[in-house]
Amino acid sequence: MQRRQLIGYSAAVVGALCLALFAGWWRVDGPGAPAPAGQRPLAMSEMDFRLTDHQGKEVDAVTLIGRPSLVFFGFTYCPDICPTTLSDISVWLSDLGDDAGRLNVIFITVDPERDTVAAMAAYISNFHPIIQGWTGSSEQIARAVEGFRANSEKVPTGSGDYTMNHTASVFLFDANGRFVSTIDYHEPREYAVPKIRRAIDKTETG
Amino acid sequence: MIGKLTVFLTVLALAWGISISVLAEADDIVVEGAWSRASIGTSRPGAAYLTIRNTGPEYVTLTGIRTDIATRSEIHRSSTDDQGVTSMAPAGEIKIAPTDTVSLEPGGLHVMLMGLQRPMTEGEAFWLTLVFSDGSEVSVEVSILGFAARGPDI
Ligand SMILES: [Cu+2]
Repeated sequence: MQRRQLIGYSAAVVGALCLALFAGWWRVDGPGAPAPAGQRPLAMSEMDFRLTDHQGKEVDAVTLIGRPSLVFFGFTYCPDICPTTLSDISVWLSDLGDDAGRLNVIFITVDPERDTVAAMAAYISNFHPIIQGWTGSSEQIARAVEGFRANSEKVPTGSGDYTMNHTASVFLFDANGRFVSTIDYHEPREYAVPKIRRAIDKTETG
Repeated sequence: MIGKLTVFLTVLALAWGISISVLAEADDIVVEGAWSRASIGTSRPGAAYLTIRNTGPEYVTLTGIRTDIATRSEIHRSSTDDQGVTSMAPAGEIKIAPTDTVSLEPGGLHVMLMGLQRPMTEGEAFWLTLVFSDGSEVSVEVSILGFAARGPDI
């Protein structure tokens, strides 16, 4: 009887220990870990790039301060991931209703060689009207990618053609231009709208 | 003699034909929900999506795609690494287990259509031919949906 009780207690202790270890791992190394400091996008006020929007207007990161922002990278010659992301975002914006009008939603190309201002304008006209398309010189695009701690790489596909590997996450910033979180490509879609609302609310509570 | 030979050859040809139609990989394949997005002009590559169901008792291997809408068509896989970076590469041969279904859908496998021969216009359709490892084929009509379409049902 006593022996059985002892086994029961030990099992409980071992169980609790495992749980604590798991919780520790989750927060430190696991999916619950905060992004390493070097990997977090800079604040909008610290970013240094100048681009052109799809209407030909000069823009930069400071332009975005004052409203919560969604920013993502892509290119218009992308047949699969980019139209899917743009169409996902268009759905989230429709779900947000009137609140969508309080956001900056920016699509920055990683392929300025092919994505001219006119190409960006033609492309984004097929999605939610609030979405802006930014392009510019390769050098300025590279600075933008760096500011967001994103990645892009040109990959030849044969016969002189190429595609671009790029960060597909959507970056969320509050109205003060501070990074809030990302919406990752494979994340369940029902998390996206609450995350955007949080970025909006964060702005209102300071 | 010639009559006998003709009969023999006819029987052989029929047997050959029957054996092909019995064993052809394509016979066990059902392709459903083929769709694509409308394009802006012809300079950008397109993507087509569909599901392939193997209703037979044997493995079936999809080796290639033919279509007259593009000069080059390949099966590609998009993937996202742990840094959130997406890339796209030829997927190679696609093996489909008995009774299994393989879905080509946004963000994963797709038919990459390079060198469009004409713009893909919403409401129109084009033909795609799936080629299997024994050379048998299945042709399917692909509906062209809107530019921001998310799938055949939405
Ligand atoms: Cu592709």
